[in-house]
Amino acid sequence: MHESMLDYAQRRYLKIALVLCVLSIIAYAWHDPLSPPNGGTWLGYTLGGIGAALILWLTALGVRKRSYSSSVGTLRGWTSAHVYLGLALIVVATLHTGFQFGWNLHTLCYALMLIVIGSGIFGMVVYLRYPQLMSSNRAGAKPDVLLEEINDLDQRALRVANEMPRRFADVLRSNREGTRIGGSTRAILGGLDLSTINLPAVGGASQQVSNSEQAALLDWLGDELARSTDGDLTKRIGDLLSVVATRRNQLRRLRRDAQIRGWLEIWLYIHVPVTLALIGTLIAHVVSVFLYW
Amino acid sequence: MTTKVAIAVVGSGPGGLSAAARAAEVGVSHVLLEQTAAHSNTIQKYQKGKHVMAEPNILPLRSPMRFEAGTREKILGEWAEGLTEHKVNIRYGAEVVGISGAKGDFHLKLQDGSEVLAENVILGIGLQGNPRRLGVPGDGLPCVQYTLDDPDEYKGETIVVVGAGDAAIENAVALSKQNTVYLVNRSGEFSRCKDGNLALILKTVEAGKVICLYSTQCASLSETPGGEKPYLLSLNTSTGDMQLPCDRIIARLGATPPRKFVESCGIKFPSSDPSSLPVLSTSYESNVPGLYVIGALGGYPLIKQAMNQGYEVVEFIRGNPVAPADEPLLAAKFAGIPGHRSVSDTLQAMQQRIPLFTEVNPLMFRELLLGSTIHVLNPGDIVFKRNDYTNSFYTIFNGGVEIQIDDNNPAKRIPLMPGQFFGEMGLLSGRRRTATVLAGKDCVLIETPRRDVLKLLSSVDAARAVIDQTFIVRAIQSGFAPQAKTADLLPIAAKSKMNRYKAGQVVFSEGDEADALHLVRSGSLAVLRAVGGREIVTSYVAAGNYVGEMGLMGNTRRSATVRATVATETISLDADTFAELLQKNPALRSELEETVRQRIASNTRLQGQDNAGALISFLLKQGLGEATDVLLIDETLCVGCDNCERACAATHGGTSRLDRAAGPTFANVHVPTSCRHCEDPHCMKDCPPDAIRRSPNGEVFVGDNCIGCGNCERNCPYGVIQLAGPPPEQPSLASWLMFGSKAENVFGEVQGLGRKHHHHHHDDGHGAPKAVKKAVKCDMCKGQDGGPACVRACPTGAALRVSPEEFVAFVQQEASRF
Ligand SMILES: Cc1cc2nc3c(=O)[nH]c(=O)nc-3n(C[C@H](O)[C@H](O)[C@H](O)COP(=O)(O)OP(=O)(O)OC[C@H]3O[C@@H](n4cnc5c(N)ncnc54)[C@H](O)[C@@H]3O)c2cc1C
Ligand code: HEM
Ligand code: SF4
Ligand code: SF4
Repeated sequence: MHESMLDYAQRRYLKIALVLCVLSIIAYAWHDPLSPPNGGTWLGYTLGGIGAALILWLTALGVRKRSYSSSVGTLRGWTSAHVYLGLALIVVATLHTGFQFGWNLHTLCYALMLIVIGSGIFGMVVYLRYPQLMSSNRAGAKPDVLLEEINDLDQRALRVANEMPRRFADVLRSNREGTRIGGSTRAILGGLDLSTINLPAVGGASQQVSNSEQAALLDWLGDELARSTDGDLTKRIGDLLSVVATRRNQLRRLRRDAQIRGWLEIWLYIHVPVTLALIGTLIAHVVSVFLYW
Repeated sequence: MTTKVAIAVVGSGPGGLSAAARAAEVGVSHVLLEQTAAHSNTIQKYQKGKHVMAEPNILPLRSPMRFEAGTREKILGEWAEGLTEHKVNIRYGAEVVGISGAKGDFHLKLQDGSEVLAENVILGIGLQGNPRRLGVPGDGLPCVQYTLDDPDEYKGETIVVVGAGDAAIENAVALSKQNTVYLVNRSGEFSRCKDGNLALILKTVEAGKVICLYSTQCASLSETPGGEKPYLLSLNTSTGDMQLPCDRIIARLGATPPRKFVESCGIKFPSSDPSSLPVLSTSYESNVPGLYVIGALGGYPLIKQAMNQGYEVVEFIRGNPVAPADEPLLAAKFAGIPGHRSVSDTLQAMQQRIPLFTEVNPLMFRELLLGSTIHVLNPGDIVFKRNDYTNSFYTIFNGGVEIQIDDNNPAKRIPLMPGQFFGEMGLLSGRRRTATVLAGKDCVLIETPRRDVLKLLSSVDAARAVIDQTFIVRAIQSGFAPQAKTADLLPIAAKSKMNRYKAGQVVFSEGDEADALHLVRSGSLAVLRAVGGREIVTSYVAAGNYVGEMGLMGNTRRSATVRATVATETISLDADTFAELLQKNPALRSELEETVRQRIASNTRLQGQDNAGALISFLLKQGLGEATDVLLIDETLCVGCDNCERACAATHGGTSRLDRAAGPTFANVHVPTSCRHCEDPHCMKDCPPDAIRRSPNGEVFVGDNCIGCGNCERNCPYGVIQLAGPPPEQPSLASWLMFGSKAENVFGEVQGLGRKHHHHHHDDGHGAPKAVKKAVKCDMCKGQDGGPACVRACPTGAALRVSPEEFVAFVQQEASRF
């Protein structure tokens, strides 16, 4: 029952892809063209035709993915075939070029294809590795549950702070206001913490500082603790410290979750648009070849 | 001295209204007594703007009052007009608390102590019951209310909610957003609510948003003019008395079912089963002459039925025997039966010929047939096939059928005669058909839907006994002694016992003396062993299988504990009875030995895996013990793309019936919020138009005749049913191409905690009338090629469907990976 897209149907499409690669290589080795190998020989046309067909078919995954009532195979089967045949395309297309590269449309087309394939390989790797990481990071608690928990922690902290001098409640409120999960694409993917906090500064004004990993707040509370001489207050600061530490841990998990989900998605932002560009250049490539024949 | 009316109608629901209007129309002296301040309390309580449906469509309306599908407001308005137009003599605030006397001279006692005299009484008080009152001095003050329509209506008040059930909790939490809320709970904990609500209230209390007073009772309520708050509630708490100034009290103490009141009027119920219905004649007269029962209380859960009966009952009282409005429907049903002359003749012949129906009262029998289908078949026609999932019930009116129990030997058939029945196995345990049934000569069958049969069984004890006994004989026959004759098995069946267990109840414990074998008739059992002081599930026994045979094969002590995973019924055979069976079927011993061997092997396999037991326990808690097919998500493969949800929405009118992200996770197995297609679906209970059905392949689905009452949504313990309107708008082409219909992704989320936007789906109930909302749930993509769309649309293979047969294999595989 547990079967990844690679294992699908006893790796049927791996076998097909391998056969395709081996046949292409054998044909290429056998083939002895008059001119140096290139796309214009009969083998070149054959490989080119197969390659173009493959690209169109690989693109069709996007359509199949959204044809929800289609019963032409399962999406898992399609994806399995997509991955293996997409990899085989490297061999087929490279042989099709006959290693004739230059600063021209044809090579641009090839380069775009490699970008798509490269991003695809990256996507495949994250698809295979990250779900497990996400699952263990969550340990059964989904992001909305974590968010709720953080909200609860904030409420609890505020209740404690209401019994304390005003600055505590102010700082906690500003901590809540300044907490960021993600914030920018870079922050999400890097798992960066852009949170800030306003801490009381000398002279009564407050000052905004970075509060990554709740460190600034924890430090501030630590200082307050060290300075406190009132037994009650000391105990309350201790309570706050433990709440904030838990909050930091939950935020960390949440950020890690967003990071993983980010990586699971981001590659498609390259894979799909570049595919569209590839289709465009592919058409231009084919048209130009036939025009200038 | 009050004057005597010819007809007193109690309750102004659709049934009572229609009856009183008919009486008014034909000039019969009458009074319509309604306990609340407005007519049709049940319909008044529907959600604002609710679209009320006029099922069953084929049934014509027969009433002086208008009724067509439309909004609640329109219908209530029309009825109010009808009341004036026909000059109906209606008295509001007239709760009837007792009825005494006899035909021609009934005394109806009202709450305020006054009396109404009547020659005949029509009871149309519905099934909603009366809200339990606070029962303390001052509970009549206007600040006490028993319902809450719109929590957002109140702001800045101090509100005391009394009660500890789901309604009290939901109200308290909803009100706490804008008010100071106290929740008064008589006991020391919340034990009468759903798990979700328990978690909700504990959290809200912990967060200080609701103040919960445990072990506290209301003592009295008084007005405090000029005080800080208009009212003062006195409470007895465990630590002493307490005075609570407040603005409002909302008592959610449940409702008393009307049965007690009805019985106090002398009306008899055929059995103690809470779902049984009073016995009525074909003119809706109860066992008390002159006292009539109509509408929901009489077992007719829809508005149109209630209205028709209101009209008809007045005609009966006037001595004008009208044929019921459903007569043409029955006539059409019976038209194909050879020799059919009149509806009443055929009904009578059926009751005479079929012993199971003989004792059923004619009115109920009529209703049973209205729901049933008549099949006139040619010899050799297939009635149903082995392994079909249908759960209707068949009785033979004419000719016979042949049951093919052995697929390998199609010639071996058991004949059944007119008057006998079949299909009860699937009916009771919600399992697949165990045999194929073929029509014989001159075959006429009555196929009755499951719900109607269950209704019959809960009201007619004799019918229940007949079915139970036959079930046992057939279960023993197919389980242990296919060669034995039915007659030979009767004495054995008589000695066997039917046992009912609640979820979690122990069937037998490890170390007990092994004295009986249990055949699971419905539900399922978990086999547990104590390992290192903890109970670990080692296997799972689905309906149709047996457990405890090891003991009877020579071991004398139970080697494991067996517990019911859900409400379960078993048939137990003791050692002596079993020995008799062995005599009748010598091959049985070796068969059982084989089963024992297999079970030991499977147990040891599972025991080798420490986690397997924990995983099974988790899954059983999620309802797999009663599931026939459940969607699981392998979290090591799921990339969270939600393509499964999109596929579901795209193939089901725009609303996804599955919520992938919701639901619990254990180890790497996630159980999304999606239908389990239970063996005995909880959602089917209390569906007024019987819109929830099971198809031959096992899917539990909601039919088009759903009236959107929401009963199923409340009854499903797994929260998988939603009431949905028309689909949301389609996404733009660009966003469709990029990421499908859900314009949500991690990069689009607003990420500051302090200013996070909450998207609430708010039904404010004002403005334009709401669109028709109906219940929607997973139908396993019945009628579509290629199986469930969610699984077909999963790119990674994370989404999978598991049936009970694959359950153990699945657990083994998963457990070996964490
Ligand atoms: C949420 C919901 C949605 C529904 N939607 C639909 C729908 O769309 N279409 C449909 O056909 N059916 C629908 N139904 C079912 C329908 O409401 C009932 O079948 C119907 O109301 C039954 O009518 P009745 O006359 O038997 O009793 P009720 O309508 O229950 O009326 C009983 C009346 O008697 C009064 N009463 C009770 N006790 C006393 C007493 N002791 N003294 C005086 N008066 C008393 C009550 O206040 C009430 O006004 C729905 C039910 C619910 C709960
Ligand atoms: C030129 C070659 C390729 C083209 C044109 C192509 C095109 C596409 C397209 C159009 C999609 C659909 C994306 C969507 O709709 O969300 C897709 C998805 C995908 N591709 Fe490729 N691809 C190519 C090669 C590859 C390769 C070589 C791999 C892996 C080794 C790969 C892995 C994937 C994966 C894992 C998906 C995601 C499936 C899903 O989430 O549904 N692709 N590709
Ligand atoms: S809707 Fe709920 S009760 Fe009904 S079959 Fe599905 S899971 Fe069971
Ligand atoms: S399907 Fe659900 S909502 Fe629809 S009528 Fe039946 S119980 Fe009510």
